[in-house]
Amino acid sequence: MEKPKVLTHKEFSSVRYFLQWEWILLIIFILVNIMNASFSDNYLKFDGLMRASMIFLDKGFIVFPMALVIIMGDIDISVSSTVALSSVVMATVYNAGVPMGLAILICLGVGALCGLINGILVVKFKELAAVIITLSTMTLYRGIAYIILKNQSAGGFPKWFSELSWGFAWKIPYILIVFVFFAAIFTLVLHKTNFGRYVFAIGNNDIATRFSGINVDHIKIIVFTLVGVMASICAIFLSAKMMSTRPNVASGYELDVIAMVVLGGISTAGGKGKMIGVITAVFLLGFLQYGLGLINVQSQIIIIITGLLLILAVAIPNIQEMIKNFNKKREVNL
Amino acid sequence: MKKVLVMVLALSLVLSLFAGCNKDDAEVTDKEVTTTEKEDAQVHAFIFKNTGNPYGEKQMEGFREAIEKEGHTAILKAPENPTVEDQIVIINELIGQGVDSISITGNDFDALQPALEAAMDAGIKVLSADSAVNPASRMTHINQADPELIGRVEVQAAVEMIGGSGQIAVLSATSQASNQNLWIEWMKTELEEGDYADVELVEVVYGDDLRDKSVAETEALLQKYPDLKCIIAPTTVGIAAAGKVITDKGLIGEVMVTGLGLPSEMAEYIENGACPWMYLWNPLDVGYLSGYTAMALVDGTITGALGDTFSAGKLGDFEVIADGEATQVMLGAPYKFEPSNIEEWKTVY
Amino acid sequence: MDKVKEKVSISEMFSKFRELGMVLFIIALIIFIQFRNSNFLTLENIDDLITNAAILSILAIGMMMVIITRGIDLSIGATLALSGMSTALMVSANQNMHPVLALLMGTVVGMIAGGIIGLLIAKLNILPIIATLGMMNVYRGFTFIIGDGGWVSAYQMPDSFVGIATSSFLKVNTLVWIAIILYIIAYYFLNHTRLGRQVYAVGSNPGSARISGVNNDFIIFMVYSIMGALAGLCGVLWVSKFASAQGDTATGYELSVIAACVLGGVSMAGGVGKVSGIIIGVLLLGILQNALPLINVSVFWQLAIQGAIILFAVLSNVLIKRNSDKKNLARRVL
Repeated sequence: MEKPKVLTHKEFSSVRYFLQWEWILLIIFILVNIMNASFSDNYLKFDGLMRASMIFLDKGFIVFPMALVIIMGDIDISVSSTVALSSVVMATVYNAGVPMGLAILICLGVGALCGLINGILVVKFKELAAVIITLSTMTLYRGIAYIILKNQSAGGFPKWFSELSWGFAWKIPYILIVFVFFAAIFTLVLHKTNFGRYVFAIGNNDIATRFSGINVDHIKIIVFTLVGVMASICAIFLSAKMMSTRPNVASGYELDVIAMVVLGGISTAGGKGKMIGVITAVFLLGFLQYGLGLINVQSQIIIIITGLLLILAVAIPNIQEMIKNFNKKREVNL
Repeated sequence: MKKVLVMVLALSLVLSLFAGCNKDDAEVTDKEVTTTEKEDAQVHAFIFKNTGNPYGEKQMEGFREAIEKEGHTAILKAPENPTVEDQIVIINELIGQGVDSISITGNDFDALQPALEAAMDAGIKVLSADSAVNPASRMTHINQADPELIGRVEVQAAVEMIGGSGQIAVLSATSQASNQNLWIEWMKTELEEGDYADVELVEVVYGDDLRDKSVAETEALLQKYPDLKCIIAPTTVGIAAAGKVITDKGLIGEVMVTGLGLPSEMAEYIENGACPWMYLWNPLDVGYLSGYTAMALVDGTITGALGDTFSAGKLGDFEVIADGEATQVMLGAPYKFEPSNIEEWKTVY
Repeated sequence: MDKVKEKVSISEMFSKFRELGMVLFIIALIIFIQFRNSNFLTLENIDDLITNAAILSILAIGMMMVIITRGIDLSIGATLALSGMSTALMVSANQNMHPVLALLMGTVVGMIAGGIIGLLIAKLNILPIIATLGMMNVYRGFTFIIGDGGWVSAYQMPDSFVGIATSSFLKVNTLVWIAIILYIIAYYFLNHTRLGRQVYAVGSNPGSARISGVNNDFIIFMVYSIMGALAGLCGVLWVSKFASAQGDTATGYELSVIAACVLGGVSMAGGVGKVSGIIIGVLLLGILQNALPLINVSVFWQLAIQGAIILFAVLSNVLIKRNSDKKNLARRVL
């Protein structure tokens, strides 16, 4: 697989270039679209595809910072609870008379706070894996959401708010525009800035990075806070999509998000991956589900397909590696 | 070169996966959607709360029966988990297919509004069945039974079981389930209005429609109120859990269970006396009536306005009646299941 | 020689201290609850409590072994449902099937499910969280498919089958006996057999374990197979206990099991975990689940309280360990 540029800078080879996971993903993406189009005449319609992206993109926002977390070799499974808590707080303060704009800012603040707490705990308690810390805060954050709303739904948002998730600008959904905006920002941050290079470095070798004078703790805290912020952006769009919220919204989002990141070619062992792959994976899974839904495949078959696809995505590079090693061994023996 | 070979191998693996799926898809499509040759064939969709729920399967079966009897096509869908998010995804897929109507058993009263409005904007007729969505999201609603009747009749049953005096408790689903809450309100009204000075409603607990939680809540009720005489569980999961606990603890005859339950699930406990009798409507009929209402909306026979009348096949004629500001179609009174008739019903649903 | 001895005794002291702390915490909790509701410490309620905790405790054994090898298994809820559903279908078709045979069948179904995951992790080097996440979807989907969207209800199950979970021996429920027997086996296996010790070796240092002749791949495969087998066994017990098999049985149950292990001092970093520890973890969760409704804690507070207690236990665990390490170091300098 492709290695980050900081560490190994190999000479350009066109074969190697086109064998990158991102290109394979693109091919799968095209194949999925051909398959979908051949099964249903309703698939290749601009409005339908735009509408579909409107529906599945809300969790896509969390995918960017989650990619950073996984590149660093950590994981954050509290995101769905952060979504729930920040949206519940937003609805509650709005219903208590706070103007909508301010309520949205508070929502972002709550998300940032949740992420910040995760980040601080992760760097202060290095003995504990991030999965344990975020597992605990996952229960805690959702528990607080339940305390606030008591299992009721809250809504009554102003009419314009629903436009965020349901409105179009020249036939393009607003949510898609916002998504592309964040996709560009995160791609630049990860691949073109020092910050991004540090993230890769931490994933490759945490201790060496620390010794080379980079403040690893700060970077980790920033990244976990980013996860919280993007989760609250997801919360805003999700609340707009339903024009209300409940303490049990977004349950299971963390697993969907992790699946997208991994399918996008981010290595769960840390240190590897490209943002473009992750973005492709978001649309790949979204359109695959939409296409299967259009021909009314049962939902249980759809989850089986996504499960297998996920395993396959991580298995292929490993199988490749194994065969390579096997060949090397044979060459040595010869 | 080796690498190329590996990639080709990997790619063909992926492709074969998709090929595999395709085969499955085709099969499922055949099973789920039966197209008919009729000229003006309509496509009607039904969305239930989640898959793997026999109550929902029966509703969908009734819906399909009605639609196919008139020569149209029925699409039956349900998300894997009972969430609004997943139902919105399905609504969007149905908009993409351009169906004629959507009947939905909602997972939330308000949260589906934008999605269902988008469906109505696309010219699709929308109605809710069983578990309602708010009036702005629907043209009419199929009400399985009068909530007032359900609430009152359950209290009357409990009072009769305990001989007119003692403590009773309610084991409900989740605390935000709109159906259950409405029924519990009517139970309380009945307790206030009727002559039940010796009957005390000690607590309403929530088992969240989870087996283990419902069992734990029932056990806690028995611990907290040793003199408890009767548990009313207006939810299919809760009543079965309560029946199981009472049976296991050897409390049959001391603590009664009643409420709303599936005959197949409750047969065991009705026969052994843990639950002397209980109520439910026929989910097949709920689906069947939804099917005819959907067709009447698409045909233009009704618009969902107050006073519209239409004919629903074997169920006879129905009238659209008021539901507060909005409208609904009422299926009828709840049906009583008791030891004498449970044998014939337990295999039906 | 002396130094080594001292080190061992201190680390032993630490773990004893930690367990002692948890035991004291539990005792305080029990006194508090008993004070609020005198029905808590009745024989009947204690019987309810341990019977309800039995399934959780059995799963915790398998999860502990998985976590000791630095893994995690998110698929057990789905495996449990798959085994429960297939066994329930089998007994409802063959009414006079012997209950022991049913238990065996469920265990085998689970073991196969776990074995597949073990192979994916050991042979294809897929990260445990991804492999189990993917297979969780697959198994859950299969459960719905073999159940054909239906439930298997009480009247379809023979009395002998439902009797597994309601029968008792010496006034103690069979489920509890099964758990006790499994705990004795697990204790012997992990502490007094070669394979059992190798599980710890793989977890604390995979590299040196491999060099010293441990077949890491086999150990990993074995651990996930055991986890699967236990989940399969619990599937049968679950269905027998609630006399109902559904597609969505035990959704999200894996998180309770992981929480029990973490509370019991099993470290996500691998290599650390004791049978006595998870008993304490299970007991604490079991008491919380049993007592919170008893003492009229609002249902909406229960989740947050659980999350806060888990977070508190995990973090204090680390702080205590740091403290004892520091003392340990100070003593060595002297």
